[in-house]
Amino acid sequence: MDPTFKYEVSAVPGAENVMVCFQCGTCTASCPIARFTASYRPNRLIHMIQLGLRERVLANDDIWLCTTCFTCIDRCPQDVGLANIVRAIRNLSVHERDMPDVYKALASTIRDTGYAYVITASRLKRRDERGLPPLPKADVDTVAKLFEATGLSKTLDREEA
Amino acid sequence: MPSSLKQPAFRKPLTARRLEATEARYLIFLGCVIPYRVASYETSARRVLPKLGVELVEMPKFNCCGFPLDPINHDAMLTLAARNLCLAEQQNLDIMTLCNGCYGILHHVNKELKEDREVRDRVNAYLAEVDLEFKGTITVKHLIHVLAQDVGLKRIREAVRQPLNPLRVAQHTGCHVLRPRSVVGFDDPENPTILKRLIEATGAACLDYVDETECCGNPIIGVNSELPLQLANEKLEHIKEVGAQALITMCPFCHMMYDLQQPRIERLFHVQYGIPVLHYPQLLGLAMGIRPDELALQDLRVDASPLIRKVHPKEQPRAVAGGPRALSVKRKIGKETRVGER
Repeated sequence: MDPTFKYEVSAVPGAENVMVCFQCGTCTASCPIARFTASYRPNRLIHMIQLGLRERVLANDDIWLCTTCFTCIDRCPQDVGLANIVRAIRNLSVHERDMPDVYKALASTIRDTGYAYVITASRLKRRDERGLPPLPKADVDTVAKLFEATGLSKTLDREEA
Repeated sequence: MPSSLKQPAFRKPLTARRLEATEARYLIFLGCVIPYRVASYETSARRVLPKLGVELVEMPKFNCCGFPLDPINHDAMLTLAARNLCLAEQQNLDIMTLCNGCYGILHHVNKELKEDREVRDRVNAYLAEVDLEFKGTITVKHLIHVLAQDVGLKRIREAVRQPLNPLRVAQHTGCHVLRPRSVVGFDDPENPTILKRLIEATGAACLDYVDETECCGNPIIGVNSELPLQLANEKLEHIKEVGAQALITMCPFCHMMYDLQQPRIERLFHVQYGIPVLHYPQLLGLAMGIRPDELALQDLRVDASPLIRKVHPKEQPRAVAGGPRALSVKRKIGKETRVGER
């Protein structure tokens, strides 16, 4: 229990309006994922933040189910910006705890190659056969420096250790 | 003028037959998933756009737009996106993306950095490490904007040689070119009609169905594969109910969900759809009389040859489903002189 959690979240750019949610449930009613799960209820997530249930929010696997379709943002009568709050919570959770394996893999591949997926030699050859222009080789040194500057390298190295 | 502008890094077959004067010029931002798995989208877009007066310039040394990093580290996403924007600023050209995800990120970051000084200063401090600075001099568009705003429906109708009148299709515009409304400001997110009008310009009918604006679910497939497949199954069901012969998309992620995953969805839910999912430039290309193999229609997972026979009765369907790919294209291009090789 941490009564200041709502202030911590609302200090994140994009998540400023977490306190103005009045639990109308429009986000949950509009959420494509909530329809198919018994537990993911975006409005409850906001309520938990307001109540200060810090650990329960940050350790909740459901925060990784938002598809970022942004329907909740468009329909919210209070302009809460729900998907942005989910992003803020994910960032906090990664910082303090862990992240799903898929994001580790994506981020490592971006650091190593500049692209989110490993684009194999056979794919490059097929591009060539198609008459598609060669894929530019990404500037991995620059990408690595930006990972370093933004602290993402530190997070990834911690995960790998 | 940078050397990459003088010499389009592209071989003759796809550019030499440019019929119309160039009126729009964009850096093409491919992103990651298109070169990784959805080259058919790129191939068809590159066939169609030059014929509509849109010149594509290769984007040098771009990196991932930043989308997969947003959930982990928001600043890293902003900075990687901003680096791509800086590259475009150096070329003094606007960006056109084919992917909804890349558009959503690059457009959002471009807008935010232009409008919010605090964020811009923070991101520029990161970028200073690699001697770059975001200046805010370009704009980011998606293919759908270029077609609807630069090319226009009139010109698209004029380019149609073989109207697709027998076809009845459905559209899936995808989330990130529609929402958030306050950031994107394009079409009506609750009732999108622009892709419908683009489809109708080819002569095909575009049918309404339930939950047209529903998300494809792909962004979370790495975390939970069940939910996106349920979502996609429901959408395919709704599309089949209205009798659509094909689904038209404009995003590689949405396309993968409905095309690549369709056999898996059919197995999982014990259903039969067999609905071909075409990238819009493939549909438009067919209407413009471009050969199906040149539009990489043989690359689709769900066989589109019955559909092709309806509009191109003379075309032979592909010999073996999933067999040797694009052989005729390969032969054709092999004879041509290569230009702009790296």
